[in-house]
Amino acid sequence: MGPRTITTSRRMASNRIFLYGCFAATSIAILVLCVLMISIAVEGWSSVSWRFLDSFASRKAAQAGIKAPLMGSIWVCAICGLVAIPMGIGTAIYLEEFAKRSRVKRLIQLNISNLSGVPSIVYGILALAAFVRCFGLNTGDAPWSLGNPESLLFIQFPCGPSVLAGGLTLALVILPIMIIASQEAFRSVPQSLRQGALALGSTPWQVVWRVSLPAALPTIMTGSILAMSRAVGEAAPLLVIGGFLLVFQTPTNLMSDFTVLPLQIFNWAGRPQADFHKLAAAAIIVQLIALLVFNSIAIIIRQKLQRPLQS
Amino acid sequence: MMIPTTLRPPIDHAPPTSIDQRRPDEARLPAAAHPSAISMRGFNSWYGDHQVLHALDLEIATRQVCAFIGPSGCGKSTLLRWINRMNDTIPGARAAGTLSLHGIDLLDRSLDVVDLRRRVGMVFQKPNPFPKSIFDNVAFGPRLHRVYARTDLEELVEQSLRASALWDEVKDRLDSSALGLSGGQQQRLCIARAVAIGPEMLLMDEPCSALDPRSTASIEQLIRELRASYTIVIVTHNMQQASRVSDSTAFFYEGRLIESGATDLLFTNPKNRQTEDYVTGRFG
Amino acid sequence: MIAAAARTAAEIAQRGTPCSLLVRRRFEGSIRAVLWLLTCLSVVTTAAIIVVLAVETYRFFTAQGHPEISVWSFFSGTEWSPLLGAQPLFGVLPLVAGTLLVTTIAGVVALPMGLMTAVYLSEYAPPRRRVALKAALEVLAGVPTVVYGFFAVTFITPMLLQPLSSSFGTYSAMSAGIAVGIMILPIVCSLCEDALRAVPQSLRDGAYALGSTKFDVSAKVVVPAALSGIVAAFLLALTRAIGETMIVALAAGGLAHMTADPSSQVQTMTAYMVQIFLGDAPAAGIEYKSSYAVAFTLFLITFALTWIGAIVLRRYREEYE
Repeated sequence: MGPRTITTSRRMASNRIFLYGCFAATSIAILVLCVLMISIAVEGWSSVSWRFLDSFASRKAAQAGIKAPLMGSIWVCAICGLVAIPMGIGTAIYLEEFAKRSRVKRLIQLNISNLSGVPSIVYGILALAAFVRCFGLNTGDAPWSLGNPESLLFIQFPCGPSVLAGGLTLALVILPIMIIASQEAFRSVPQSLRQGALALGSTPWQVVWRVSLPAALPTIMTGSILAMSRAVGEAAPLLVIGGFLLVFQTPTNLMSDFTVLPLQIFNWAGRPQADFHKLAAAAIIVQLIALLVFNSIAIIIRQKLQRPLQS
Repeated sequence: MMIPTTLRPPIDHAPPTSIDQRRPDEARLPAAAHPSAISMRGFNSWYGDHQVLHALDLEIATRQVCAFIGPSGCGKSTLLRWINRMNDTIPGARAAGTLSLHGIDLLDRSLDVVDLRRRVGMVFQKPNPFPKSIFDNVAFGPRLHRVYARTDLEELVEQSLRASALWDEVKDRLDSSALGLSGGQQQRLCIARAVAIGPEMLLMDEPCSALDPRSTASIEQLIRELRASYTIVIVTHNMQQASRVSDSTAFFYEGRLIESGATDLLFTNPKNRQTEDYVTGRFG
Repeated sequence: MIAAAARTAAEIAQRGTPCSLLVRRRFEGSIRAVLWLLTCLSVVTTAAIIVVLAVETYRFFTAQGHPEISVWSFFSGTEWSPLLGAQPLFGVLPLVAGTLLVTTIAGVVALPMGLMTAVYLSEYAPPRRRVALKAALEVLAGVPTVVYGFFAVTFITPMLLQPLSSSFGTYSAMSAGIAVGIMILPIVCSLCEDALRAVPQSLRDGAYALGSTKFDVSAKVVVPAALSGIVAAFLLALTRAIGETMIVALAAGGLAHMTADPSSQVQTMTAYMVQIFLGDAPAAGIEYKSSYAVAFTLFLITFALTWIGAIVLRRYREEYE
């Protein structure tokens, strides 16, 4: 007689233990998320008020608010989005729709995935040299300026630690993410759609503009929102370029000083007094609400707009 | 004959535990006492609300090759996947009626499907070797079930590969990846993998549909040889194939069993008009 | 009827004036050129990072009045005290050790848990629960890192660590490590899940048909088949942990020393850079310049890790049709 089979009950036991283990891991992850949200809500909820949103920073915890960082975050992220999203999509279009398979393309691809792994603080150092100081090209006393200081689009070189520099810095950080997300969107467009358009006599750009881009757009939008939510939360690179921790005005043009919510949270969280921890928690609540809104929009877009392109 | 010594005929095997414990007397009966390996009475099956199989009555004889034929979507693969309960992995699949293997109720909720699948091997439409070495692919099942004494594993792998007529082609590269084999070789590897756990029955779901004619011929040859040791059920689209390899044939149409019987009779003298149209190639 | 309709359609189609070949070519060509320039920008970014870091690091090593600084002493020195004492010491190893300690703790927390969560999501969870859980993980992934830093300071340290042992102070490697672990958990999880789901269903079917339990299928077929993707996910997550700044700046403390004790304070490479750029040091000073050398070290480490990850993915990926 051949050897016996291992008792099934023992294999079933290991099967069950494994399931419980995996389930426990998942539960812990969700539990952590809940604890995080609840502990912050408990700590900060009492400090969230209209006055909190509408006041500037202060040495007295009772009078401090987040008007400047809130407006700063909006300005910086708007600039970041305006720069990074079109550039990311453009690069993705070139790589997915135009570039031939070649060594060069492979290297560029590798380079982009490497860039997405570069710590954000290192981007801060690049931005400090490139935008804030413009590589020291302007050695004169006064910065070169462009436009009227009263106008919205007033620009100086070097930019200094301004809203513009901050937005461009964040654009550097999220550009690789944006490119990779858009590339995936283009890759998921079935080749048959492109061939159909080409067979009707479309030029390559017409194929992109009328077929690939519309088909890829929902995915690109989801990717953009997720990339932007990363930008909203970034603090390290802005800290390096000298985003001010105490600002008592809201930005008025591209050259205004600024601070952003995560920097303000960092400032308050780093202080020993419990009162300021409460303020930090309140600011985090504002930040997380914004984040949840972002994420919900992404989920809605994904579910409503993503029709299947092939049966 | 290609029946390897270590692969004893299925009945000689130590009968698997759980099924065995519930019906000890039946499981130990010699094959001859059970001319039918599979028998079904009034068997129905659904995916969700959609009924795919209607009131089937069918017997499948032991140590014979039975072919399921019929146009796409007629439910023959579904039926096949009930025999080893692979349908359990599909949400919404359910069945009613009687379906038994050597008298064991296959629709019993408490049936140990893991053990059932050890006794009923399956080969899929597309070859699906694991991304492991050739040796590890064949040894995968035996290692799961420990159906070997430790020193026998190499022998078992060799005999299984011989049984699937692949040994001579791969004996020098057992450690290389199975994904490097050709399609036909991969499919024969999958057969070896199924044979290695010592099943009493093999289910084949269009095993040649992804293969070129030469590989198909070698698989068909193999099926004819394996018949001596196993009960084989093969689903096929190819009528010539059914007539070449099978002893009996069942023709399905739109979820119903239209006709079944000895293959030569069914192909030369069908009783039913639909069967005749199908086997002569007038529709389907 | 049909013939008439076809003739009419053909006539209408002839009426427009097609764009001339030349105009079309110019237009297409200029768009291509613009897109090509955009693509080059990513290469320029990498080059610019390397040049800026290299130039500033060179300035640090050749700084006037500091003959004690050399490449060798920087990379092999075990003491880092740029701001204290008459004689500043620049040996980067304590910062690297601090980074490694925090990253190791984060890895121990996040990698096994992330992989198991991914297995649950991909192999076990019913579809609707899977969607809900993935949305929750997406939220976790979007939480700004400074929030995790705050969580470490106000929850992990006082509520978890200090009740366990009195050796934990306000700042510790453990606290920061756990927070970084929570931060990288969703990354590990979603990348591993992608890798697991890329394994074709036919392999699972094959394994089930051989009498595998779900555990056998997951642990012996699916996970090994997805191994390259899992390893790449781990490397990417560890890269993020190494480069994480705000959590360690808030929770790890500011003491640069060589230690493996998780309850002690440590300073990581990123935390040192924050300390300098927050304005503890004058911009012309040697301490300020040293932060560039630290940044270059950090860049090289993370660049190497991502590079290895990309190679693992490409070389060891199993190709399925």
